[in-house]
Amino acid sequence: MASSLLSKPTPNSKTISFSSSLATPLPWPTKGSASIKFHIRPRRRNPSVQAKIREIFMPALSSTMTEGKIVSWIKSEGDVLSKGESVVVVESDKADMDVETFYDGILAAIVVGEGETAPVGAPIGLLAETEEEIAEAKAKAASSSNTAPSTPPPAPSSPSPAPVPAAATVSSPTPAKVASLPVSDGPRKIVATPFAKKLAKQHKIDIESIFGTGSFGRITPVDVEAAAGITPKSSTSNVVSANVASPAASAPPKAASAATPPPSIPGSTVVPFTTMQAAVSKNMLESLSVPTFRVGYPVSTDALDSLYEKVKPKGVTMTALLAKAAAMALAQHPVVNASCKDGKSFTFNSNINIAVAVAINGGLITPVLQDADKLDLYLLSEKWKELVDKARAKQLQPHEYNSGTFTLSNLGMFGVDRFDAILPPGQGAIMAVGASKPTVVADGDGFFSVKSKMLVNVTADHRIVYGADLAAFLKTFANIVENPESLTL
Amino acid sequence: MQASISLSVSSHSSPAASTKSVRTEEFICINALKPANVRFCGLRKEILGFYALKGFDSRPIELSGRRSSRKLSASLSENGVPSKGFDYDLVIIGAGVGGHGAALHAVEKGLKTAIIEGDVVGGTCVNRGCVPSKALLAVSGRMREFQSEQHLKAFGLQVSSAGYDRQGVADHANNLASKIRNNLTNSLKSLGVDILTGVGTILGPQKVKYGKVGFSDNVITAKDIIIATGSVPYVPKGIEVDGKTVITSDHALKLESVPEWMAIVGSGYIGLEFSDVYTALGSEVTFIEALDQLMPGFDPEIGKLAQRVLINPRKIDYHTGVFASKITPAKDGKPVIIELIDAKTKEPKDTLEVDAALIATGRAPFTKGLGLENINVETQRGFVPVDERMAVIDKNGKLVPHVYCIGDSNGKMMLAHAASAQGISVVEQVCGKDHVLNHLSIPAACFTHPEISMVGLTEPQAREKGANEGFEVSVAKTSFKANTKALAENEGEGLAKLIYRPDNGEILGVHIFGLHAADLIHEASNAITLGTRIQDIKFAVHAHPTLSEVLDELFKSAKVSSVSSPIKEPVAV
Repeated sequence: MASSLLSKPTPNSKTISFSSSLATPLPWPTKGSASIKFHIRPRRRNPSVQAKIREIFMPALSSTMTEGKIVSWIKSEGDVLSKGESVVVVESDKADMDVETFYDGILAAIVVGEGETAPVGAPIGLLAETEEEIAEAKAKAASSSNTAPSTPPPAPSSPSPAPVPAAATVSSPTPAKVASLPVSDGPRKIVATPFAKKLAKQHKIDIESIFGTGSFGRITPVDVEAAAGITPKSSTSNVVSANVASPAASAPPKAASAATPPPSIPGSTVVPFTTMQAAVSKNMLESLSVPTFRVGYPVSTDALDSLYEKVKPKGVTMTALLAKAAAMALAQHPVVNASCKDGKSFTFNSNINIAVAVAINGGLITPVLQDADKLDLYLLSEKWKELVDKARAKQLQPHEYNSGTFTLSNLGMFGVDRFDAILPPGQGAIMAVGASKPTVVADGDGFFSVKSKMLVNVTADHRIVYGADLAAFLKTFANIVENPESLTL
Repeated sequence: MQASISLSVSSHSSPAASTKSVRTEEFICINALKPANVRFCGLRKEILGFYALKGFDSRPIELSGRRSSRKLSASLSENGVPSKGFDYDLVIIGAGVGGHGAALHAVEKGLKTAIIEGDVVGGTCVNRGCVPSKALLAVSGRMREFQSEQHLKAFGLQVSSAGYDRQGVADHANNLASKIRNNLTNSLKSLGVDILTGVGTILGPQKVKYGKVGFSDNVITAKDIIIATGSVPYVPKGIEVDGKTVITSDHALKLESVPEWMAIVGSGYIGLEFSDVYTALGSEVTFIEALDQLMPGFDPEIGKLAQRVLINPRKIDYHTGVFASKITPAKDGKPVIIELIDAKTKEPKDTLEVDAALIATGRAPFTKGLGLENINVETQRGFVPVDERMAVIDKNGKLVPHVYCIGDSNGKMMLAHAASAQGISVVEQVCGKDHVLNHLSIPAACFTHPEISMVGLTEPQAREKGANEGFEVSVAKTSFKANTKALAENEGEGLAKLIYRPDNGEILGVHIFGLHAADLIHEASNAITLGTRIQDIKFAVHAHPTLSEVLDELFKSAKVSSVSSPIKEPVAV
C-alpha cells in the first residue's frame, strides 16, 4: 500500500475529482501521507469536471491546522446534498466549523468516520453526482476502508477488488457462528442497537452482514466489534487510537484474544469480574513476564508455637509473628527485598514492607505492614488488625495495599502443607507458608524425635535473586523462627 | 405541582378528548398539545400570548371588595386571621411547588391559608420530577467522568473500572425525594398553614369541599381560591403503559431496571435528561421525535451543539419526523414493539424492537374533578384558561372572581419555579398590589452533562419580534473554551449566547450550553427581571477564575450603539 501511494502521489494530490475510469481501488492517503500541497490550494474542486465522483477533503480551517477531527457528519450516506449545505463538522486546533459542499450531489460514502482524524487535504467523503455512481463510490470507499487505521490488516483472503459493496469484503472475517441460532420465525428483520450501528458505520462494516447474538437476535456492539476483528474494549470511547496501555502488559492478552474465544457451553452463566477481580487478573497476566523459580525449606515451629501461646492473649497473631520474622530475615538479605523494575538493574527498597495476601469476598487483597522490621510485634499486631478491618470495609487506601516489597501468603490454617505462590509484579519474592505438622526427625546422634515442621516455599525473580540468595535468606528465616525470642524484642 | 386531587386510576388516563376518535384526529391532538406542555415550548406559547395581550395591559384591576385597611397586625410567621365570614382568606388546591410557594407568601402577607392535598406534599417536582431526577443525574454525571478515558487521562487520573449498584442509585433518588418532601411539609406546618387531606373540589364561588374517598366531605369557604393541581405524564393514544417495559417518567425515576436498549419517545428536556441517566448506566437509547429535529424548543444553535455533544458521541440513535403510533409492552418472550408512522403522511415507516420504552411526550394538566363546571369554566385541552394575572376565565370569556390557577394546570409555562412565581404573583394581587409576572424572565434548565439553560427569547423568536416591532436584533457568543475554570475542569465544550437589542442594550434572551449552565443563567434572568441593560451590567465584576466569567465576557462582547445620543444621524430625504 505504501509503495502504491508513493508511486502515485500526483493523481492523489492534484486530481481533486476522479473520473469514473479511475475506479480501480486506489488507496486514499491516510493519516500523515497526504501531500502538503493542499495547504496552499483553495478548498475547491477542480472545475474541469468530467468526473462524476468527487472527493470531499479535510479543509484547512486555520493557517496552523495540519489535521482535523471529524466531530460529526451532519449528512449521512445516501443523503442528497445541495450546494452550500453543511455536510460535516470539523474540529480544528481552534474551533469547530461546519463544512459546506460546493456541489450538488449525493453523499455516497463517508471515508473518515466521526471521531476520527484526517490530515488537511485528505479525502473524508465521496460525493456522487447521480445515484448510479453511488455503488462505484462505495466500492472505492470500501477499498479504502481496508487501509483505514481503525481496522487491523484483513485476513489474506479478503481484499476483493471487485466493485461489490462493502458486504463482500467484510464478511470473511466474520466468525462463522452457526451454532445455537435463536429462534427466529419467518424472514428476520435486521435489528441492531444504536451503538452497534454507530460502530458499524465507524468501522465501515455492512450491518446486514453481521450475525446478531444479542437478545431477540439483535446485533450488539460486541457483534460488530467481532466482525471488525477488534478486541472489544470495555470503554465506550469512539476515538480510534485510544488504547495505549503499557505495552508489556497488553501484549500477551492481545495475542490471546486474537483467537476467537471458545464457544460457551449452553446454560453457563457469565459473571463479569468485579473491579478487584479484574485487578487480580491483570496482575496475574503481568506476572507471566517475570522469570521465577522456587525454593522450599522446612522450618521447625515448636519454639514459635510456644511463643505464640504466650503472646496470643496480648493480641498477637500468627500473621504478625511470621511477618515480623520475614522482615527481620529480609533486613539481613536486602536483595530478597529488592525488585527488578526495568530488567537492567536492582532496585533496593529502603523500607521492608510486608504485604500479606488476604482472601476477601471472592477477591484477594494484600494489605501491607509497613516497616515490619522496625515496628515491634505488638504494634505490628495492632496495625494488622486495623488493616484487616479496613480491608473488610473496603476502605484501604492505595498505599496500604500496593506498597509491599515482599509478600507473605499463608494457607497453613486450611491444612495445606505446601504450595507455591505467583510472584506479584514489582516485587522480588513471595513466601508461601504451609501448615505446621508434627514430623518424625532424626538428629545427628541418631535419636528420633517428633517436632512440628512447616514447609516454607519462596518464589523469586531470578533476574535479581539467585538460588544461593534465597537459600541464605531461608536459613536466616528458619533460624529466627526456631529461636523466636528475638521477635519479641 | 401535580396535586392529584383524585387518586383513582381512571383519572390518570390521558386527557385527550374522546376515546374512540379517529387516528388522524389523535395526531392533530398530539400535535396541538406539544407546544403547550412538552419541552420548553411553553415558553414560546407564552411569548405569543404576551403579544396578543399587549395593548390590553391597562385592564382595571378587579379587586372590588378588598378593603385597603386590612389588618396587618398578624405576625409574619403565623397564619393570619380569616376575613369576616370566611373560614380562610386563601385556599390552595394542590401542595406542589406552586401551591407551597403561594402558601408561604400568603402567610407572610398575613393571610389565613389552607392547602388541600390529595396525594403527597411536594407534587410532581419533588416526588416524581425535578428532584429525584437530579439525584439520578448526579450519579450519571459521575459515571460519565469515570468512564471517560480521555477525560481521566487528561487529568492524569486512573480509575480501573467504574461500576454501580442499581438499588443504591435508586435509593439515593428516593431518599432525596422524601427528604425534600419532609422539608416542604415541615415548612408549611411551622408556618401554621392548615394542610387538609383529600380531593379538593370547587362547589361554587368561594366554596370548596375536600375529603378522602369514602369519607364524608368537609366544606370550607375562602375569600380566594388558587388551583394548583399540576399535571401528569402525557401518554398518547395507542401506547400501552405497563409500568415495567413501557414506562413514563414516574416509573423511570424509580430505576427498577436498567434496560439494555431503551426507546425514548420525545426528545424534550425530560427525554434528554433520562437519556443522560440511562446511557451513563449502560443502556443504549433510541429517540423517537415527532418533529423534524431533535430538541425542538431550544435555541437552534444551542440545540445543534447539544446534539453534537449529548447525542452523537453517545450510544444514542434517533428517528425524527415520526410518531410512535402503537407501543406494545414486552410479553410472552417478545420485546417491546414500537410501530412508527410518518408524522406528516401517516404512512407506516418502521417497527422497532427494544427492551423498554420511556414515554416522555410531555405532561398533561391534571384538572379533572375540580368542579370547574360549578363556576362555569371549561378547560381547553385540559388546561384551565387564565389571563396574564392567573385569574381564571369562564366559558363566556369573563374573569371568575376570586379564583386563580397557577402552574402546570394553566399550561403557561410548565416549570416548578414558574408555578411558584405565579403563586406569589397571585398572592400579591389578592393582597391588593397589582403584579404581572414577566414569564420571559423565568429561566429554564436541562440538567444533562453538560447542562443547558435559557431565559427569554430564542434567536428566531427575537428576530421575528424585531421584524414585527421594527428593531434590530444582535447576537453575541462566547465559548467555554476560553474560560480558565472550564479548562481547568477539562470541560471546555460549551457556548453562551446573548440575544439583545443593539439600539438600547436590552437583553432579549440568553442561552447557555456548558458546565454548570443551570447555575450560570441567573445572572441573565435577574438582569431581565430588573430590566438591567447590557451597558450597565458589563461593568459588574466577576471573580476570577470562575465560570461566571463566561457571562462577563458575553456581556462585554455585545456591541450597544451609544445610548446617550438619541438624535439620529440626519438622513437625506
